[in-house]
Amino acid sequence: MSLSLLTAEFHVERDEIRCIACQVCVRQCANDVHVYDPDDDRVYSDETRCVGCHRCATLCPTRALTIRCTPQEFRANANWSPSIITSVFKQAETGGVLLTGMGCDQPYPIYFDHILLNAAQVTNPSIDPLREPMELRTFIGRKPEQVGVVQDRDNMRLETRLAPQLVLETPILFSAMSYGSISYNACLSLARAAKECGILYNTGEGGLHPTLYEYGPYTIAQVASGRFGVHRAYLETAAALEIKIGQGAKPGIGGHLPGEKVSEDVSRTRMIPQGTDALSPAPHHDIYSIEDLRQLIYALKEATNYTKPVGVKVAAVHHIAPIASGIARAGADYIAIDGLRGGTGAAPTVIRNNVGIPIEMAIAAVDERLRQEGIRNQVSLIAAGSIRSSADVVKAIALGADAVYIGTAALVAMGCHLCQKCYTGKCNWGIATQDPYLTKRLNPNIGARRLVNLLRAWSLEIKEMLGGMGINAIESLRGNRDHLRGVGLNEVELRVLGIKAAGES
Amino acid sequence: MKRIIVHEEYCIGCRLCEIYCLTQHSQSRKIIKAFKEETPRPLARLVVEEAGPLSFAMPCRHCEDAPCVEACLTGAMQRDERTGAVLCNEKRCVGCWTCIMVCPFGAILRNVTGRKVASKCDLCYGEEVPVCVAHCPNEALTYEE
Amino acid sequence: MRYVIIGNSAAAVGAIEAIRQYDPENPITVVADEPWHVYSRPLISYLLGGMIDESQMAYRPRDFYARHRVETMLGVQVVRVNPAEQTLTLAGGGTVSYDRLLIATGGRPFVPSVPGVSLKGVFTFIRWEDVRGLEQAIERYGARTALVVGGGLIGLKTAEALIARSLRVTIVELADRILSTTFDRTASKLAETLLRRAGVEIRLGLTVSEIIGREGRVDHAVLQDGERVECDLVVLAIGVRPNVDLIPPDSGIQINRGILVDQHMQTTVPNVYAAGDCAEAYDMLLGVNRPIAIWPNAYRQGYIAGCNMAGVLREYAGGFPMNSVEVHGVPTISVGITDPPDRDSYEVLERYDRERPIYKRLVLRDNRLVGVICIGDVDRAGIYTGLIRDRVDVTPFKDHLLTGKFGLISLPREYRKHLVVGEGIEV
Ligand SMILES: Cc1cc2nc3c(=O)[nH]c(=O)nc-3n(C[C@H](O)[C@H](O)[C@H](O)COP(=O)(O)OP(=O)(O)OC[C@H]3O[C@@H](n4cnc5c(N)ncnc54)[C@H](O)[C@@H]3O)c2cc1C
Ligand code: SF4
Ligand code: SF4
Repeated sequence: MSLSLLTAEFHVERDEIRCIACQVCVRQCANDVHVYDPDDDRVYSDETRCVGCHRCATLCPTRALTIRCTPQEFRANANWSPSIITSVFKQAETGGVLLTGMGCDQPYPIYFDHILLNAAQVTNPSIDPLREPMELRTFIGRKPEQVGVVQDRDNMRLETRLAPQLVLETPILFSAMSYGSISYNACLSLARAAKECGILYNTGEGGLHPTLYEYGPYTIAQVASGRFGVHRAYLETAAALEIKIGQGAKPGIGGHLPGEKVSEDVSRTRMIPQGTDALSPAPHHDIYSIEDLRQLIYALKEATNYTKPVGVKVAAVHHIAPIASGIARAGADYIAIDGLRGGTGAAPTVIRNNVGIPIEMAIAAVDERLRQEGIRNQVSLIAAGSIRSSADVVKAIALGADAVYIGTAALVAMGCHLCQKCYTGKCNWGIATQDPYLTKRLNPNIGARRLVNLLRAWSLEIKEMLGGMGINAIESLRGNRDHLRGVGLNEVELRVLGIKAAGES
Repeated sequence: MKRIIVHEEYCIGCRLCEIYCLTQHSQSRKIIKAFKEETPRPLARLVVEEAGPLSFAMPCRHCEDAPCVEACLTGAMQRDERTGAVLCNEKRCVGCWTCIMVCPFGAILRNVTGRKVASKCDLCYGEEVPVCVAHCPNEALTYEE
Repeated sequence: MRYVIIGNSAAAVGAIEAIRQYDPENPITVVADEPWHVYSRPLISYLLGGMIDESQMAYRPRDFYARHRVETMLGVQVVRVNPAEQTLTLAGGGTVSYDRLLIATGGRPFVPSVPGVSLKGVFTFIRWEDVRGLEQAIERYGARTALVVGGGLIGLKTAEALIARSLRVTIVELADRILSTTFDRTASKLAETLLRRAGVEIRLGLTVSEIIGREGRVDHAVLQDGERVECDLVVLAIGVRPNVDLIPPDSGIQINRGILVDQHMQTTVPNVYAAGDCAEAYDMLLGVNRPIAIWPNAYRQGYIAGCNMAGVLREYAGGFPMNSVEVHGVPTISVGITDPPDRDSYEVLERYDRERPIYKRLVLRDNRLVGVICIGDVDRAGIYTGLIRDRVDVTPFKDHLLTGKFGLISLPREYRKHLVVGEGIEV
């Protein structure tokens, strides 16, 4: 074996005055960075294995550890950045596709950060959400062209038969993260939080663990190309079904859950043999056209007696607008669009970093297109792909979404430090792992509590922002791009986003 | 009476409970001093058991009909009337280890660093919440009625 | 209603604490022939050895009687119990009447009929006053050598205390090994090695045949084999008998080796209870009633008796022998049946590390633990005791019992949960 040219990405700084050699760091690092030497009662660190997850630094009782980016610097080169050089090293050493986890981390423009919100001044009053009712409740599903009401005596009665709807107490859902890619405790945390907040979480393509059936009314069950864990009870238990066509982090390619993560429990839930790789094909082998998709949508509706919304999840790609239009016409009740920066448990780095378009552009384009075609009411839009804050939620909705999916933000709330090593199965925070040493690090009582807190905080902030704009219902914000202004954007970008530049009125 | 409840499914084996327990029962009550300057090194009053991925901390249960109190030859092991905690009066303890022989939880430790005495959890006498509970990062220890 | 307790030791305290838990009002009287505030009998060897001083003998704080509203008659001997009249006759003629009586008179040392036992310098060793006598022999009369007759636990403790006082000690034991009722052969031999290392001479398979005096004081002793043992004092430690002299044969209180009691610690006479070393209570391992003269059982039995005397029905689940002693600084624990009579119905697991030394021996019957010996490493030994008491089937974790890491973690999850949080099922 020849010398590896890779050097450490991080530098572990141990303050020897503070370090008491208690070995918490040694016990907590799944990457074996820290080693205790009983001979001199000291702890040493080998940072070549450090992934920068901060588990040790966070738990160290004397705060003796600081993890820094390595001070080791390549000769400056605007073209050949360190990450590019090390990628070449890695591939020259392994000959393989480079894998990564989480969403695209490249410095493409983040349009949310170039969009500003409006607020009411003088000519229209702002609303104080602490004093006045503020409606965040959101319905996901096909809306009728018009609503017929009959008046019999004193009662008003709806005459139109409504398509099945999902009710969200706040316009946020937890996006698809499968049991297998994340731990049982992470799934349970999401399910409990969804229940407590009156929203929904999404099984991803991993099937539904038997003990999570009780959260059925708060569950969206995915049907993906691998069809893992799909059976009658699964479909019947969930509140909605979602056909997964694509994912923002890896548009156009399938999924790969390595055999090591297919534990006994995962294998039972996915209905595949233990220890085998779970491969989701890139396409659904029965979907080659909008017509085929329509068949699957209706097969699922038929199977569940037309009682549940059936949605379709796609990655944001260049022709997302006509694709969405097709999906709407194929009978989907909602379309989830996952942007360039959407998260993943494992994806080829090159795909993650180079394929797809940002969610801001995709939502704006789709909303615009569906309005033009007069079918916007037929389908709800869920925006996904790095919604990081309540401001992102508000901007996504103003750009045309009905609600948003949050994945990475939810994981971060549970402790994820975005080390991007999900695919190794060694998540030190107990989230993206099936290793029994690690999964118990996420106590679902704590996980659920933190998620509930996050949703509560964001909902309060959304109300503040709405109130500031003089709006008292999230409903009135949807597609209301007049509340948005761009800064630092060129004309094409402004046009695609459908917003004016800051200063224009 | 409030008790420390052990939730083994959430214990991550970090041993922070032990580290803070040791600190609390040190002379200085300062973590760095307790570890680096005090000799003999102070003892923690609980045991962390580990086997494979399973682990848990085992502090005294402060049993209702405490076998250690009944068995104690000297009367050193007594229930504190105010807090209900089972406390070992180390001044009166002679280190005969009868309590160790009867504690079904193995929650009593031998302290042989000085005069031999039985050493055990005192629920951090005087603290609102025992330090092991307060510092358990994963709520594997909780303090409940 | 008046509670009367004869005795002022572990069993008596158990009873007082139980009675006052349920009955704060009715008077309690304690009558005891020893004059002291309640003290810890096992500490007499520590006191003799100089490990503690007299102020540390108290088993309960000074205000114990006052706080429990107990009237004491200390230094007063009871000579007869009269159940028909519900009275006690005191030495000197007085009487005390009771409504509920607890006999907690403990044990009396057995004194063999050997020539010379009444010489000055011959002691038994179970009371505080014995310490004073021995101290006097050492300090006033300058005793330098001692013969301890009996190699049981009390003999051993006496020997250790005397060694601590710089005496030269010989133990003579009738059996072919010391501690023969608490240990198995290996443990006994290990203990002998340790004692010899501490400087104790040990003579086995023998007893003393004569104690020879000079001017009324012990001068030397002669063993059965004719050996002459120089000794300035002799301690007789060959056993303790239940102290039942005060119970007349016609009282209706039935006595075997000790006072017979039922599971409520009541004797064969209503309103009369017995507890501690004087009683013959249930041995849960042997399934018979017999006296087990140990402190924890005395307290427990007294406690149960007290509950029942106060009208709160509670049953004594039974006890078994257990002892924790240090031999020349090495901790040892023995619990239950450690040297089973036959190997057919018992299984024995052992681990012996001669270097350290650490010896562990577990005795099983029907896959349940019934006996334990730990020498050198006694940490967490109570987990074994718990398994004995709860009669836990150890089959699922038998292989782990003697591993270094044995702990609650080795127990089946459900049982552990049951133990630790009271959830889960009992196994
Ligand atoms: C040296 C020594 C070491 C020991 N070490 C241990 C040990 O390590 N572990 C252990 O478990 N056990 C040990 N024991 C045994 C333990 O001390 C006894 O089991 C325990 O004391 C029994 O308590 P009790 O209440 O039954 O009676 P005792 O402690 O024997 O007390 C009897 C009481 O009755 C009173 N009394 C007796 N007769 C009369 C009467 N006629 N009138 C009035 N009062 C009377 C006495 O004054 C005394 O107060 C040891 C004993 C000795 C002597
Ligand atoms: S602090 Fe908590 S998680 Fe860590 S070892 Fe103790 S009980 Fe377990
Ligand atoms: S030391 Fe053991 S026996 Fe005593 S109260 Fe605590 S757990 Fe119970």
